[in-house]
Amino acid sequence: MSKSKETALKAKGKPAALGPDLDVGRFTRDAKTWGYCPVSSLPEDIARRSLAVGVRADEGERAGTYFQIDHSTVFQKIQKKFEGKTEIMSTKDALEKYDWMEDYWWKVVSADADKYTALAELEWDRGYFIRALEGQKITLPLQACLFISKDNLDQNVHNVIIAEPNSEIQIITGCTVHPNVQRGLHVGISEFFIKEWAKLTFTMIHNWAQNFDVRPRTGALVEDNATFVTNYVCLNPVKSLQMYPVAYCKGENSRARFTSILYGAGDSYLDVGSKTVLQGTGSRAEVIARAIALDRARIYSRGLLVGEKEDTKAHLECRGLLLSDDAFIHAIPELTAKVQGTELSHEAAVGKIAEEQIQYLMARGFSELEAQSLIVRGFMDVGILGLPKALETEIKRIVDTTAAAAI
Amino acid sequence: MARRRSPSALKIRNLSVEIAGKKVLDGVDLEVLRGEIHVLFGPNGSGKTSLMMSILGFPSYRILSGEILLNGTDITNMSINERVKLGIGIAFQSSPTIRGVKLGDVLRHLAGSKIDGAKMAGAVNLDAEFLNRDLNVGFSGGELRRSEVLQVLVQRPSFAIFDEPDSGVDVENLEVVGGAINNLLKKRSGLLITHQGYILRYVEADKAHVMLNGRIVCSGIPTKILSQIMKRGYKWCEKCPKARRPH
Repeated sequence: MSKSKETALKAKGKPAALGPDLDVGRFTRDAKTWGYCPVSSLPEDIARRSLAVGVRADEGERAGTYFQIDHSTVFQKIQKKFEGKTEIMSTKDALEKYDWMEDYWWKVVSADADKYTALAELEWDRGYFIRALEGQKITLPLQACLFISKDNLDQNVHNVIIAEPNSEIQIITGCTVHPNVQRGLHVGISEFFIKEWAKLTFTMIHNWAQNFDVRPRTGALVEDNATFVTNYVCLNPVKSLQMYPVAYCKGENSRARFTSILYGAGDSYLDVGSKTVLQGTGSRAEVIARAIALDRARIYSRGLLVGEKEDTKAHLECRGLLLSDDAFIHAIPELTAKVQGTELSHEAAVGKIAEEQIQYLMARGFSELEAQSLIVRGFMDVGILGLPKALETEIKRIVDTTAAAAI
Repeated sequence: MARRRSPSALKIRNLSVEIAGKKVLDGVDLEVLRGEIHVLFGPNGSGKTSLMMSILGFPSYRILSGEILLNGTDITNMSINERVKLGIGIAFQSSPTIRGVKLGDVLRHLAGSKIDGAKMAGAVNLDAEFLNRDLNVGFSGGELRRSEVLQVLVQRPSFAIFDEPDSGVDVENLEVVGGAINNLLKKRSGLLITHQGYILRYVEADKAHVMLNGRIVCSGIPTKILSQIMKRGYKWCEKCPKARRPH
């Protein structure tokens, strides 16, 4: 038995530090095998759902695509003109292809962190491997979709993303379910490695179902002068979602930025945060969180900045908008300074839409409803994600549709 | 000046208003004829902004008595946006910040069609990049004022209200803003609220009123009233034998 399996076995029953504890045994592991299928030929219902999380069926606008349904990889391909510059495949294929994959497997996330990481090791269902080769600037985004087609399924993916030195890459990933799926569990391990002078921008869009549980576990290692930008957008109701990704800014002058837009509707329980550890001299981090709660949603918006080295600096901004008296938002910004030369700050504001904002817009001719909707859409402004124009327009369309339905 | 049919653009009769239980307007009568521009003078706290907010219909300004007519239509109980649709436009003195809502979005809505935003912004000396800025976020005092005036310029209302468009605006921009307001008002009616009267160097007003303690106490020729205020201050207005006293 491999060492990570042994480690995982010990954590099999270990509840996570945060979020409702789940009995992982109540989900089914029994999934049919899906055969190879180009994204352009995906069944229409699947294509439509994946488009709503930013994964396109026409490959023209993407440098490469990975598509997984349940436990099967149905498509993985790099466009011809990007061959030799970037790679995309299942982590299963990557582990078979490269010996050195072991150096990236369970390295920034521990297999024994909790029962979910243990589950991902013991009952592993692929996931994607994406890599930008040294010195390559990938001009189009790559995309990956993790799709669940069967009700009550448990899907445990393990992803590895590597930006080799001096490379630059944009990735958009969408996780979603078939309209027939109500319940289920998605566990996603993601390990990021951003090497010297590389820049990785990772945008993840989630679109789950009301009785679905989600437990992503993410770690990132940011080396000298490297930049890790990560965006997270969660738009549809989910039963429970708990994640607390960590970025280690280990390198000198390394940079990390976490931006999230959480839209909590229905009975959603969202416990989402990020942690950044500033370990390299001159490292910087920025966290921007937007949480919007309606219906009976409960949102915990966390953020932790840890300064361990001199000449480091980080800021955390958390804003919450409460649209219902039955919902709540709990913002928990935390700062830990371990050396004198670190400068950490945060600001948090939670509340309802200000009357004066509505009245101001009404004085510009908007009706009360239009004003509210404009403010909500503005609150979820995807401009904060800092994406390339084309990608921003795509995601704006997705978010606007949700925001319009909020009022 | 007066035309035969509904000669008044704005007519306010015996308007009394309270905010949070405190009376801020006490029997205000005001008539602005079509094509006229009136100026409202008064010290801080005299009720100028309250009058404007009441004309707009802000809900926290509770009307105790009286009525407000716009072009002959009773708007006393209408919502803010209904009044705006009937042709009132306003440049506020202070405005809230609204993240994610761009100035350009509001301008497009006000215009009701495609506009050359950059050109319009230039008319009040604002950079085109302001169109993509979040509303009022990080605007300086002068930029706020110019953005407010710009919104009214784009709206082209039949009745325009400017609340202290000259405060916090530097001399150079005052000329630009004043000129823009004057151009807009050439064929329209309006109400200018000013504390110090600088804007009158650029805008020709037909009539001026002085407000004190929620009442209009004096009306007359703008230049005359302004020079009197400049000479003797509002303190004198309070003692003026000609001032209209409460009934």
